[in-house]
Amino acid sequence: MRQPLNLVLAGFGGQGLLFAGKLIAYAGLIEGREVSWLPSYGPEMRGGTANCSVCLSDGLIGSPLVLAPDAIIAMNQPSFDKFAAAIKPGGIAVVDSTMVARIPPREGVRFCTVAATQLAEEGGLKGLANVICVGRLFAQTAFCEEASLFAAVDKCVSASKKDLIGLNKEALRIGIASAED
Amino acid sequence: MSEKVLMKGNEALAEAALRAGCRFFFGYPITPQTELAAYMSKQLPKMGGCFLQAESEIAAINMVYGAAAAGARVMTSSSSPGISLKGEGISYMAGADLPALIINIQRGGPGLGSIQPSQADYWQATRALGHGDLRVVVFAPSTVQEMADYAYQAFDVADAYRMPVMILADGVLGQMMEPVLLPEPKEGLPEKPWATTGHRNKRPHNIVNSLHLTSDELERIINERFERYAKVTEEQQRSESFLCDDAEVVVVAFGASSRVARSAVAAAREKGIKAGLLRPISLWPFPGRALDALAGKAKAFLSVEMNKGQMVDDIRLVVAGRVPVVHYGRTGGNIPTPDEVLCAIEKLNEGGA
Repeated sequence: MRQPLNLVLAGFGGQGLLFAGKLIAYAGLIEGREVSWLPSYGPEMRGGTANCSVCLSDGLIGSPLVLAPDAIIAMNQPSFDKFAAAIKPGGIAVVDSTMVARIPPREGVRFCTVAATQLAEEGGLKGLANVICVGRLFAQTAFCEEASLFAAVDKCVSASKKDLIGLNKEALRIGIASAED
Repeated sequence: MSEKVLMKGNEALAEAALRAGCRFFFGYPITPQTELAAYMSKQLPKMGGCFLQAESEIAAINMVYGAAAAGARVMTSSSSPGISLKGEGISYMAGADLPALIINIQRGGPGLGSIQPSQADYWQATRALGHGDLRVVVFAPSTVQEMADYAYQAFDVADAYRMPVMILADGVLGQMMEPVLLPEPKEGLPEKPWATTGHRNKRPHNIVNSLHLTSDELERIINERFERYAKVTEEQQRSESFLCDDAEVVVVAFGASSRVARSAVAAAREKGIKAGLLRPISLWPFPGRALDALAGKAKAFLSVEMNKGQMVDDIRLVVAGRVPVVHYGRTGGNIPTPDEVLCAIEKLNEGGA
C-alpha cells in the first residue's frame, strides 16, 4: 500500500489552485485510488486565500478537510504564512517564489521554490503557474505515475478549452524540469 | 461499462436525480447547495423538463406540491434557513400524501448562521419538518457516491409510501469532489393512479388535499398514515457498522462527521481500544434495531455530531439507560477533528462520561 497523501493548495482566487487540486485528484482516480477534493467556500475566500484540500489514499478517506498536510502548494504570502506552519514534520511545500517573498525556513520541512508565475509568463503560459507548481510537486514527491498525471490533464481540461491541453502539459514539464536546477 | 468520474456531491446528487426520472426542479438559491440548482438549470431544459427559480422558498415548495400532485418526479433543494421556509409546504405535502425529494445541504444555524457545514438540522428533519403529526423519510449520505445513490433511490421510496423524502447532507458533502459511479437512467416509472392529471371525465375525480374539517375524518386519515409510517419503520432502517462486533465503545455518527469518526475509531483500535462505529444512513426511521443489538454488548456510546447534541436523543431512546450515552460535537460550521474524537473515545473508554 502506498502512503496516503494529504495536500493543501492555496493562493489568491483566480490563480487556479482549485483546478490544480482537481488535476492531482484525477491522477489518483486514474490509478484507482480513493481521492477527495474539498474547496474552501467560506468567508476566508474574500480577499485572502482560496484553498482546497486533496487526499489520495489506498484506503477509505476520513475527513476530507486537511488540517495537517503532508505537502502544500502556496502561491501567495498569506497562504504560505497560514499553511506552511501546519505541514507535518518530514513534509514539503512547493512555493511560487514570484509571489511569495518571505520564506523563513522551518526545521524538518522542505521548502521548494519555483518562480512559477515568472516561468509561466516567459514560456507563454500565462495563467498556468498553478500547473507548473503541480509539476514541481510531482517531481519532488512522485505522488503518482507520470503517465497518470498527464492523462489527468485530458480529463480536467473542459471540452470547450481543448486547445489548452498542450499548454497544460507544457506547464507540467516546466515544473518537473525546475526540480533539476 | 461506465467509469468513475470526479464530481461534487451537489452535482452527483443532481445527475442521479435526473437519472431517476426527476424532470421538475423548483428552488431558490442559497449557499452551499448552489451547484445543485445550477446543474439542474443546465440539464433539465435539454431533457424536456422544467427548472424554475421561484420568487421565494415558499413559492418553490408549493410548485413542488403542484408537480407532485400531477404525478411528476419532482424535487427541490436548499440549505438550512431555506428549509425552514419550506416547512409549511412540506407539512402540506405530508398531509396530502405526496411523494417528492427535498434536499438540505446544511449550514450553520440558527438564523442565517454561517455558510459552513453543519448537522444542526437533525431535530428539524427527524422531528418537525413542518407542523402536525407527520414523518418524512430522511437519508444521510456520507460520500459523494452515496449522495448519488440515495438521490436515485429516494424517488422510489417516496413513491412507494407516498410521502416526502429528505436527503440531509451538509456543506462538506455538497462541495467536495470524490469519484462516483453514476447509476443507469431508470426506465418504467411507477403508475400513479391517484394523480390529478386531467382525464376529460373518463374516471372519477382525483382529489389531492390536506384539509379535513371533520375531526373524526382527519383522525382516521392520520391513523391510516401512521400505519404506513409503521411499515416504513419496519422496512427502511438503514445503517452501516464498522468494527462493531467486539466493540466496547460504540461511536454513532452520520454524514460528514461519520467520516471523521471512522478515522478516530481506526486510531483507537491501533491504541488497543475496542471501538466501533455505527453509521445511521436512515435518520428517520432511526436504525434502532441495529443499535439495540449493540446496546447489550457495548459499555458506552458516543454520539459524534456537528451540533450541540441532537441525534444523541435517539440513541438514548434505544439504549434506554442500559449504558452511558455521551455526545461530542462541534458546531457553528466547524468540523470535529479525528484527534478530538479519539480523545472523547479514550475518555469514555476509561469510564469518564
